[in-house]
Amino acid sequence: VVPGADSSSRQLCFAWGPAEVLVCETLFGRAGASRSRAGAAAPALTDAVAGTEDGAPSSSRVFVVRRDQDIYIQTLRKLFNESHGIFMGLQRSEEELAGKSRKAQLVQVSKNYRSVIRACMEDMHQAAVSTRDPALQGQYSTQVSILSAMELIWNLCEILFIEAATGDLSAAGPLLLRLLDWVRLHVCDVDSMVREVLSSESPSKHKLFWNVVDVFVLQGRMDEARHLLSKEASANPTSMNMYRILDDLMKKMPVPSLSNTQTLTELELKWQHWHEECQRYLQDGTFASNPHMESICKILLGDEDAILEKKELMTTWYHFLVTRLLYSHPTVKPMELRFYAQSSMDLFLGGESSPEPLDMILMAAFEFEMHQVIKECSIVLSNWWFVAHLTDLLDHCKLLQSHNLYFGSNMREFLLLEYASGLFSHHSLWQLGVDYFDHCPQYGRVYLELHIERIPLSTEQKALKVLRICEQRQMHEQVRSVCKIMAMKALRNNRLGSALSWSIRAKDAAFATLISDRFLKDYCERGCFSDLDLIDNLGPSMLLSDRLTFLGKYREFHRLYGEQRFAEAARLLLTLMTAHIAPCSFWMTLLTDALPLLEQKEVIFSAEQTYELMRCLEDLTAGNPDKKKFQDDDIETTKVEMLRLALARNLARVIVKEGTVEGS
Amino acid sequence: QDNRVSIWSAGDLGNAGLNGEYHGEPHLLCDIQHNGDVMDMQFLDRERIVVASSTGTVTIFRHHQNNQTLSANHRWEKAHYHVDQDTSCGGAACTGVVCNNPEIVTVGEDGRINLFRADQKDAVRTIDNADSSTLHAVTFLRTTEILTVNSIGQLKIWDLRQQRNEPSHIFSLAGDRVPLHCVDRHPNQQHIVATGGQDGMLSIWDIRQGTMPVSLLNAHEAEMWEVHFHPSDPDHLFTCSEDGSLWHWDTSTNVSEKPSFLHQGGRSTAYLSHSTINQSVVSAWLSNDPTKDRMEITNLIPNQTLSVNSLDVLGPCLVYGTDAEAIYVNRQLFA
Repeated sequence: VVPGADSSSRQLCFAWGPAEVLVCETLFGRAGASRSRAGAAAPALTDAVAGTEDGAPSSSRVFVVRRDQDIYIQTLRKLFNESHGIFMGLQRSEEELAGKSRKAQLVQVSKNYRSVIRACMEDMHQAAVSTRDPALQGQYSTQVSILSAMELIWNLCEILFIEAATGDLSAAGPLLLRLLDWVRLHVCDVDSMVREVLSSESPSKHKLFWNVVDVFVLQGRMDEARHLLSKEASANPTSMNMYRILDDLMKKMPVPSLSNTQTLTELELKWQHWHEECQRYLQDGTFASNPHMESICKILLGDEDAILEKKELMTTWYHFLVTRLLYSHPTVKPMELRFYAQSSMDLFLGGESSPEPLDMILMAAFEFEMHQVIKECSIVLSNWWFVAHLTDLLDHCKLLQSHNLYFGSNMREFLLLEYASGLFSHHSLWQLGVDYFDHCPQYGRVYLELHIERIPLSTEQKALKVLRICEQRQMHEQVRSVCKIMAMKALRNNRLGSALSWSIRAKDAAFATLISDRFLKDYCERGCFSDLDLIDNLGPSMLLSDRLTFLGKYREFHRLYGEQRFAEAARLLLTLMTAHIAPCSFWMTLLTDALPLLEQKEVIFSAEQTYELMRCLEDLTAGNPDKKKFQDDDIETTKVEMLRLALARNLARVIVKEGTVEGS
Repeated sequence: QDNRVSIWSAGDLGNAGLNGEYHGEPHLLCDIQHNGDVMDMQFLDRERIVVASSTGTVTIFRHHQNNQTLSANHRWEKAHYHVDQDTSCGGAACTGVVCNNPEIVTVGEDGRINLFRADQKDAVRTIDNADSSTLHAVTFLRTTEILTVNSIGQLKIWDLRQQRNEPSHIFSLAGDRVPLHCVDRHPNQQHIVATGGQDGMLSIWDIRQGTMPVSLLNAHEAEMWEVHFHPSDPDHLFTCSEDGSLWHWDTSTNVSEKPSFLHQGGRSTAYLSHSTINQSVVSAWLSNDPTKDRMEITNLIPNQTLSVNSLDVLGPCLVYGTDAEAIYVNRQLFA
């Protein structure tokens, strides 16, 4: 919804840009009646921008609708920059590493991404706390929760997909442990309660004491639970017996270990044994007098109802899932998760509330539907960052089958292209986008070519960066285009030297010709050269275009004349005309420049040269009988006559001089 | 666009660890909004900073150390502009600023040189159309002379005592007129000047003689954005470039004992013997003695990705900033 654009009163038209849509109100009213004004027939953008023309009561507005708002959030810039670094590191990393070391590397990359998300969350949280504007605070808090959800999902994907799938599928133990860690890390609504109880003077008297013990048990934090229980036992000696038994049970609980010292069957056997022992104690009524301890025992037995009673302490269905697994199926395998996940969610929500998008995403993850996870995330999140990077990582783990989308490219590439395109509409993050396009083998280059031409070139330094990027990738079209834009800008601002330097960079002969013409025009108008520091120091770049060469040589002629090296000057002048370096339009000027040389006391032009000059003059006048303008008639003919006279006089003198024998 | 000028604290000296990595990230002390891109900046004195903007404005900010705030002290609007000063798009970027308290010299894309004094409202002197191309950088040669480099590969000396608007001397590269982007003068020997070009080439000039550089050193693969001699140890030179690397050039003569290739973690060093055009025996930078003709060059960035835009060096500290919006501080440069 575009704020301010009211489609009920005015018709709206739009035009697509590379990153934005321009929406504007047309001159048409809703009823379709068109105003009779020239050009109003087509609801073009230009009409609307023209705004208030005579008689129009209100001006039209143009809206710029951007796709990707998130890239403009200041605190997220760290996320984009750091993740770019991680992305590049991943693309460049060694492919030859096989097996465990490769897996470890990929897991490390995943952890790096997550730590960047957390860092960003921290910054955002700080910003939310320190700002006084409630709207801004709300915005930041929303962002924090979005980031936290992203980290939650990513962490789960890391556990289920990257760690479990690329490693040992039969290793059942570590999965549960990691899921426990995951839950402990992310379900932190109870943290404040825990802190409160632990820091109080006599924890066992605290009203929330048993809640905290339950939390520990539900999260499998046995040692901490036992520690707290010991406090209760010392405060309440009557329950010493019960406490000892419970403590013993909790101590003996077989837990899958990371080191895999026991085989699966060993673990299952031990666990079965332990489970039966718990069962016996419960049925004997050992804990009958203390309902808290009894419920703990039931939880240890994996009694779903008992666990469900502690719903508020678990707060989420996935916590419930993990607890359930801990106490009923500790040796669960990754592929079995899906069965438990669905039932856990149903039991937990109990038909009261419907699952939220986050729940659906996590469910899809538990079901190992990677594509589903990505699809759901794409829909829910406002920015492509998350799905692009996650998909790229999964692709590197070789977990995504090439899931071809209907327009040809695969999913990873599609997401990266979308993300990078979003970056390009930002005035400075576009540089990150370039690298992303580089790593999209199929369409990356095309996208880059289109986007890079549209970056606004506000300073020369920015233009230089763009040029360097294009040159490194052999995008010659774009190089030419950028240089032309900069050169035209320079020309318009009368910076002829800059314009020339841009055309040299692009090796653009046509533009160099244009610039030289401009110089020559200036000279003709003013009678002197501007920017002598440039023309005098052209160096080898003079050869870029004929006109430029002429300019350089012509200036040299002036210099030689100024230094009174007339013979050389004369020779140069003649070469300029006879070698056709000079454009025909300039010949008259050149011949006029020859006049003072002809009039010198000393004879400068030789007979040969004089004949050449005469020939040039005849060529010039012969070719232009019809082209002469009427007003210039007199001036032109006078000039020509003067030239002819001077040439004739010179010829006379030189014949005499050359004919004279150098005598005694 | 939200551009800011910020002051950071880089931690105490006492926190440096064993391996030279220093503990504690730089943390932000204060910042202030800035209009346009920051093209260049320099400290005028302990409290004031002169900042050049892409809108053509030059601003002096004052850093109040007692309450850690920044405020704009003085502003010269439209110090640099194209043809028509009054049109909105007439502003030209100010590309370089150099200070010698209380004088401030700025140059810009409009080819103009401005001389300001910190306490005066208007420019003391303006040289219009000093150059037909963009002036990329400026530095003081002597207190009354400045050096500028432009985008047609020329190094010019301007004498500010003279009233005529012409450079007193023009140097240029032989061959292609590659734009020069940065310039710095040797802190002790004022005739030695280093410039960096668009092709990444480092040129060393002796301005007492000739119009061409003394040495041309093939350095970076892309534009060299900044070059700095170490202010107290001028045998060391630092250059940073668009290709993402930052090189430390070391000509101190006790280098010859080390083996030819050193590889330590992210640093790789290589030897380079430079070709010379003119001969001079005074400084290591100009020397052509073959036995001493070895320079150690180190790339200080292990994982380079985006361009290093700017650097500065003082004592044992080196600070540089990259296009990945990160600032790096190295506090044990000569460890």
